[in-house]
Formats: sequence, structure tokens, C-alpha cells
Amino acid sequence: MTNLQLNREGKLKHFLSIEGLDKELLTEILDTAESFAGMSAQKVKKVPLLRGKTIVNLFFENSTRTRTTFELAASRLSADVVSINIATSATSKGESLLDTIRNLEAMHADMFVVRHAISGAAHFIAQNTAAHISVINAGDGQHAHPTQAMLDMFTIRQHKQDFKQLTVAIIGDILHSRVARSQIQALNTLETKEIRVIAPKTLLPSHVESMGVTAFSDIEEGLIDSDVIIMLRLQKERMTSAFLPSEREYFKCFGLTEERLNMAKPDAIVMHPGPINRGVEIESSIADGAQSVILQQVSNGIAVRMAIMAMTMQSSGDNHD
Amino acid sequence: MTKIHIKNGHIIDPANNIDKMGAVYIADGKILSIFDRPANFTADVVIDAENNIVCPGFIDLSVRLRDPGKSYKGTMRSETAAAACSGVTSLCIPPDTSPVIDTQAVMELIYDKSEKANYTQVYPIGALTQQLAGRELSSMSALKQAGCIAVSNASAPMASLMVLRRAMEYASSHDLLVMYHPDEPSLSNHGCVHEGIFATRYGLPGIPEASESTAVAQCLELARLTGCRLHFSQISCKSSAIKIQQAKKYGLKVTTDVAIHQLHVTENDIEPFNSNYHVLPPFRTEKDKQRLREGLANGTIDAICSDHQPHDLDAKLGAFPETEAGISSLETLLPLTLRLVQDHAISLSQGIAALTQTPAKILGIQRGELTPGFSADVCIFNPTLSWTVNKENWKSAGRNTPFWGVTLQGRVTHTLQSGNIIFSLN
Repeated sequence: MTNLQLNREGKLKHFLSIEGLDKELLTEILDTAESFAGMSAQKVKKVPLLRGKTIVNLFFENSTRTRTTFELAASRLSADVVSINIATSATSKGESLLDTIRNLEAMHADMFVVRHAISGAAHFIAQNTAAHISVINAGDGQHAHPTQAMLDMFTIRQHKQDFKQLTVAIIGDILHSRVARSQIQALNTLETKEIRVIAPKTLLPSHVESMGVTAFSDIEEGLIDSDVIIMLRLQKERMTSAFLPSEREYFKCFGLTEERLNMAKPDAIVMHPGPINRGVEIESSIADGAQSVILQQVSNGIAVRMAIMAMTMQSSGDNHD
Repeated sequence: MTKIHIKNGHIIDPANNIDKMGAVYIADGKILSIFDRPANFTADVVIDAENNIVCPGFIDLSVRLRDPGKSYKGTMRSETAAAACSGVTSLCIPPDTSPVIDTQAVMELIYDKSEKANYTQVYPIGALTQQLAGRELSSMSALKQAGCIAVSNASAPMASLMVLRRAMEYASSHDLLVMYHPDEPSLSNHGCVHEGIFATRYGLPGIPEASESTAVAQCLELARLTGCRLHFSQISCKSSAIKIQQAKKYGLKVTTDVAIHQLHVTENDIEPFNSNYHVLPPFRTEKDKQRLREGLANGTIDAICSDHQPHDLDAKLGAFPETEAGISSLETLLPLTLRLVQDHAISLSQGIAALTQTPAKILGIQRGELTPGFSADVCIFNPTLSWTVNKENWKSAGRNTPFWGVTLQGRVTHTLQSGNIIFSLN
């Protein structure tokens, strides 16, 4: 299968998944993001790169943080931004999803930023939308959340030198996590030394090791000598559907405490894609502590999303010649 | 009626142990003679089957015609025409039509429609429970009177093992075969792909092997308890095959079939998010595929079916988990069976037996052999003729197949049903 995400010149056309993108391209995204990162501190935070372009944020699933950073990223690139929240119940069939897309195409949109509760939704839209439109996946079901993974890589790179030397531990609900899937792919593409996933078996995908990770069900063992600790959010519904007995027991076995943090390297950084459940997956003192880079992740989100938007729109322009 | 002489063909009739060159003579809709020309036989039609195989017409244990109820996906006419061009002369219709096949009236409606279409013999499978709701028994005696030979709950779940037990007991007191789709719904849990490497990577809800094999194990125990004639429809995994093999060894009256695509496609072959690969049971692993092939070779698996499920375009247009499951598979049945022979998984004669003699035996019908006196259901095919799956060659209204655009080897040249030529190529 040809790579849907790249145009004929091998440039980024859509950004749907980390899979199929090579180390050079991921590094280019990080480098481009770096050039945007300094901008936030300046008085004038805008560049005219996407002036005259219309970007539509299509959120079929609620998200304040991701939507806001996409909106800010687009406006800092001088694009016109429209955000549409569509209740999932109104368009549960592909047919009406397609109708929504057709309508927005008719309004001359140049880019769709899509969040959807079903795995594969962003691919489906990219495959079925007009040729000049770029699609960015802002999270689809349990499949991928590639912009989140890239902002995490950006944050890691700010603090650590070389991915080849790093041991990264991802803790929590890997099974249902699109963030973890994209992080694992990005970390592997960037040649990370070791990737560990730490969770009870109920929250691990059946063949998780096929993704190039080592699985641990003992958090203390899994944290030993880690350079980067990534916590995942635990959804409340995992308790009612027999994945876990209680929040309390989860925190007891898999919560990140000061004591457990000491198992990792002294300069280890602690990350979380948010929103945090304090006292469920992480102790408050760690979330707000010196090793936490959680808020940096949020601000980095803007620069990384600017980079991805600019790069995909750039290659869409190339297609017109 | 027309007298037909099929000459120069390579006749393969597993039921009669025939595998050699010869002629078939047909009169009055029946097989009159094989090899020897009957006295005073003057053919009205002569079919030259040079370079071709002549065998009994195929009997397909699971074909959704989508009619009555979903004629936007397929009609009696379009899908039986697809069957005819695939060499299928008899087919079983699972009861999940709309309305459900749980009354004599629906049986008659289907017979009436199929007579008008005038292609293949159809065998409507009666519902095991009313409305397939899994709770109350259907009127099996009435269904049997209307010609029903087997009952099934299609892919709808049973409310409890107790209802399944009673349904099996009741079916067996009317000497009806029970066809059962093994699936424990609480384990398959609305999954859309095999719970394996593919599901892990793409974050798609997975269906573990155990959702099928636990249902197989439970149903085998109930067959032992009730003495019911049991047939498993479309098994997909190794552990099911092993359990069925053991049960057969202990003398249980159980048979099983497999959908042809399960013998060729695994989770590794799925193109990410291509909904034409969305099928239930899902494509499993290479190990499962190999074990199913072995099962077919050693007799654990009795029959091959198409599990034909044509869909309209919209049904497959969406994000993978939201699309409807199923493959339009009648027309790839023969070429994919021949591919098993090319892969040395089974012999040609075994492949033909799994499409003719054994499904006939499972259903208890007098078809599937070229025995004089039997209905003249004949398939003639060219085993080396290549063709491409495209809109010029395709008859089914459903184009939902992972083989779209693929060139396959082996094509039916003539299909005869009760002595009528219902399909001829060109």
C-alpha cells in the first residue's frame, strides 16, 4: 500500500499516524517545532505562513486542551480557524460523516483537524476527502494520537540528549491508549534504547511486545533506571467494566509515588498527556514537583502543532503545480 | 426435456470415486449415464468440455442473498446469478433475512422468489428461535413441513445455554440438523478483528480465539447431552478444529465447514483500515490458517462454503469498526479452492468433495454426485483459465471483496441445474 500520508515527493501531506514516517521526517517536525517554540515569548506571536487558509477543527469527541492548542497553533500561523463540535450520536454512520466532510469541502476548507472516537476515522476522512485538503489526526479511537506523541518527543528532546541512550517507561492503560500507541511508534522510530510498558494484564493489548516494548506488571521493577516516565490517564469506566477493582487498588499497585520515583534515574522526567487524576495515577507532589514536565508538554503542544500544520500545508501547495 | 451430452471432459466425482476422462449423459433433468452412451441417445445439446473438469454442481452451506429484506445489497436474481456463474447449484440461506425465516410463509416467499429467478436450488435454513431472539423455540415442525432441512440461529446469540439445549433437543426430535455459529458474545464483545498483532497495533477491538473455541466446547457438550445432529458453521481457529477433531474421534455426530477466505487470508494480510477485510469471524493467524487447511485435508473439517455476504457501497464506507462485516465471496469460491490444490494443501478431488459430496451428506440431500438417477447438477470449469476480479466479470451486486482487482486462476464455463444450463461463459 502506498503511504497515504506522503505526497509524491515524499513530503508530509496528511498527519494520521507515526507509522510509515521515518526518523528524518520526525526529526524535521521536531526541528521545525523548535523554530516556532521561541515565538511564544515574543511580543508578536504570529507568522503569516498560512494566511488565507481555512482550517476546520472537527471534534467528534470532546477535548478542551487538544482543541485549544490546535486553535492557537492555527491562529499563530495566521490561518482562519473554525472549530466544530459534533456530538458523536448525531453522526455515528460513515455515510453522514462523509456528508459532513462534503459540506465543509464546499466551504473551501484547506485542512481538517479531526478527533473521533472510532479507530481509523482520520484515515477514512483522508481517503475520502478532496485532493487539496490535508487531514491531521487529533486522536482516533484507540488507534493513534500522533501530534501528542510528537509533542512528547519534543519535550523529551528538550531534556535529554540522545534517544539511543534512553530508557522510557509508559505506565497505565496501554490497551485503550491511542497516545501510548503513537508514543511507542515514535520512540521506536527515533531508536530509543528501551521502551517499557507497565500495567496489569487487563490493561495491556494481547500482543503488546510485537510493538517493540517490554511489558512489566511490577511497577518498581519497570521503573529501575528509567530516564523518562510517562503516566497515562485512567478512565473511570475501567472500574465498571471489570478491568480493575478500584482506583485505590490501582494507585496502590501502579500509582507514581515519591518512593517509586526513586527507582528511576535521579534526573528522570515525569510526563502525562493530561488531564491528570491526582491520587489515582500520580501523587500530587510529583505532578507539581521538580521532575514534572507536564505543563511544558502543554506549551510545546502549540509549537509542534504549528510545525505539523505548516509542513502539511506546505506540501499541499506543492501538489497544485 | 433437453438431452445433454458433455464430452471430452475430465470427470471428477468423489462420491463415486471417479477421476478420469469421459462423457456425461443427461436427460429429463437427471444424470442418465456416465461414460457409456445410453442406447438411442440423441443429444439436443453437446457441450465440449475439452481441457475442462466436469464435476457435480457445488453445494454452498451459507449464502446470504439479502432477499427478502435487503434488496439494496443483493437480490434473489443477482445473487443466484452469481451462484450460477460460480458453479453453485444448491445453496443454503441463513435465516437472518427480513422477515426472519421462522414461519412457513417466509419459507414459501423464498421458494416463490427463487423459482422466478430460476437459477439455483435454494434451501432456506429455519430459525432456531423465534425472530432469532434466542429465547423461544421456533415452530420447527411447521418449518420442516414447508421443506426446511436444518435450523440455525445464524450469528445471533442464544439467551442461555438452557435455551440452546432445549432447541437442540427439540430439533433432534424432528430430525432437523442444527447449524451453529460458535461465538461467545461476552468474549467477542463487539470486536472487529482478531485479538492479535493487528488489533494491538491499530487499536481496534479484538476478538479472542477463545470466544469461538469456548462456544465450540459448550455446544459439543450439549450435542453429547441431547444427541442432536450438530454442524458448526464457519469456524476460524485452530483450537476449534482441535476440539471438533477430538469429538469426532469419540464418535459424536458433528460436522463443520469453513469459509473459503479463512483458508487464504490472515491478520497479516489486512490492509490497514480497508473495510473489505472486515469479516466475522475475523481473519486469524497463519497458524490458524494452516491448522484449518490441515483439518480440511484430514477430514476434521467437512465442507468449504463461501459464506457469501454481499454489501452495498455505504455499508463498507466508514471507519473500519463501524462498517458492516462480510465478504461477497461466491465468485471467488472455485479459484480459491483451486489455489489450495496448487499450494498442495489438499488434492483436487478433496477440494471438489468439500464443495459437493460432503455438504450434501451434511444436509441429507440427494445431490452432489454424478450418480445416474440423481439431479443433473453439474459444474464444468477450466482450472487454468485466468480472470480478473473486476466489474466486467463480476455478477454479485456486492463488490465487497479483498480480492477486487486480483487475477485468479480457474473459471466455471458451464453450470447445469436439474439439467438446465443456468450459466455458460461467453
